[in-house]
Amino acid sequence: MINLNVNQKAYQVDADPNMPLLWVIRDIIGLTGTKYGCGVAQCGACVVHLNGEAVRSCVTKVSRAEGQKIVTIEGLSKDNNHPAQVAWNEENVPQCGYCHSGQIMSAAVLLREKPNPTDEDIDSAMAGNICRCGTYLRIRKAIHLAAELQRKESASK
Amino acid sequence: MKKQLHHKKRYLLPLRAVAVIGFLLSMVGIMAFGLNKKTEPIAGDTKTKPLVIKKDSVASVKAFKQVYTVLMSARCMNCHPSGNIPLQGDESQLHTMSPQRGIDGKGVYAMKCANCHQATNTPGLHTPPGNPNWHLPPADMKMVFQGKTPRQLAKQLINPKQNGNKNMQQLIEHADDGLVLAGWNPGEGRTLPPMSHAAFKKAWITWLTTGAYAPKGK
Ligand code: FES
Ligand code: FES
Repeated sequence: MINLNVNQKAYQVDADPNMPLLWVIRDIIGLTGTKYGCGVAQCGACVVHLNGEAVRSCVTKVSRAEGQKIVTIEGLSKDNNHPAQVAWNEENVPQCGYCHSGQIMSAAVLLREKPNPTDEDIDSAMAGNICRCGTYLRIRKAIHLAAELQRKESASK
Repeated sequence: MKKQLHHKKRYLLPLRAVAVIGFLLSMVGIMAFGLNKKTEPIAGDTKTKPLVIKKDSVASVKAFKQVYTVLMSARCMNCHPSGNIPLQGDESQLHTMSPQRGIDGKGVYAMKCANCHQATNTPGLHTPPGNPNWHLPPADMKMVFQGKTPRQLAKQLINPKQNGNKNMQQLIEHADDGLVLAGWNPGEGRTLPPMSHAAFKKAWITWLTTGAYAPKGK
């Protein structure tokens, strides 16, 4: 049995320690917001937060995540109100939508570490998240908006 | 010859600093290394056997030429790029998705090395190779291999200002660093460096203990 903490909930899963975390999250725990794109760390569809870092769950063995803090797109905010989620909605970013849980999870790390990112910061942070539909320009716009929302949020606190 | 003397002097400063904090034994050796009058151990506490410095510019340069072929192979050079993006593959192309070095060499934002590079190699052809400490040299000590001539690389490797303040002993030990060793366990689909790790280590130590001479040329 492997003990996991996903979105602040404790799970005990019966899985091979070598099983990719993505499989556990989707197939055992049943949280299907995180997507499978390539399986070899090339696309970013499977990004989740492991202790706050944007790891690719398709190549992360579940044993690495044992006892650590995992956050998936479902747990990023209480009411889908993380500034990135609000901005994504506002800017109508997704087309097919498949890549966007990974995009948002990556953007959330950028927004935490660089609350006011430049275009260059956005390119550096997001270069590993591929969008087959080519929504890159809207992603960039949404990240700038999310940064603004985040600033307003922290100013009103 | 003048150049070589200058070279030796640069070594003395950090090594003396080590001596000040109490490594008297090493001190004896360091002076021997610096003055280089005759063969003497530079440290008695090495894990294997005492290190001996015996100046021999011919043997030293010959050993470095071997070292150079390894360091310039894709397995070593790919993480010692001239820019801030690591290289990838046997052709040493820029890493796909352009991950950046970052200040500590471990990447930036959502693009940190360890987000994809696990503690061990990921199974399968051309999947991310792994190591618990996967990183590039940090921004303040880039230790560039790409594009360096043998002479430039040799000088850079032993310059404490460029090598992360490593002294002779630490340089020797670096041959067994986990990430150095990872070059010989590169994961499926990647060629190995041109010689075994044992042969590389032997050449590396020979180069250093015969005076760490830099080959002539540019
Ligand atoms: S599915 Fe993990 S990076 Fe593509
Ligand atoms: S919206 Fe379709 S892949 Fe990104």
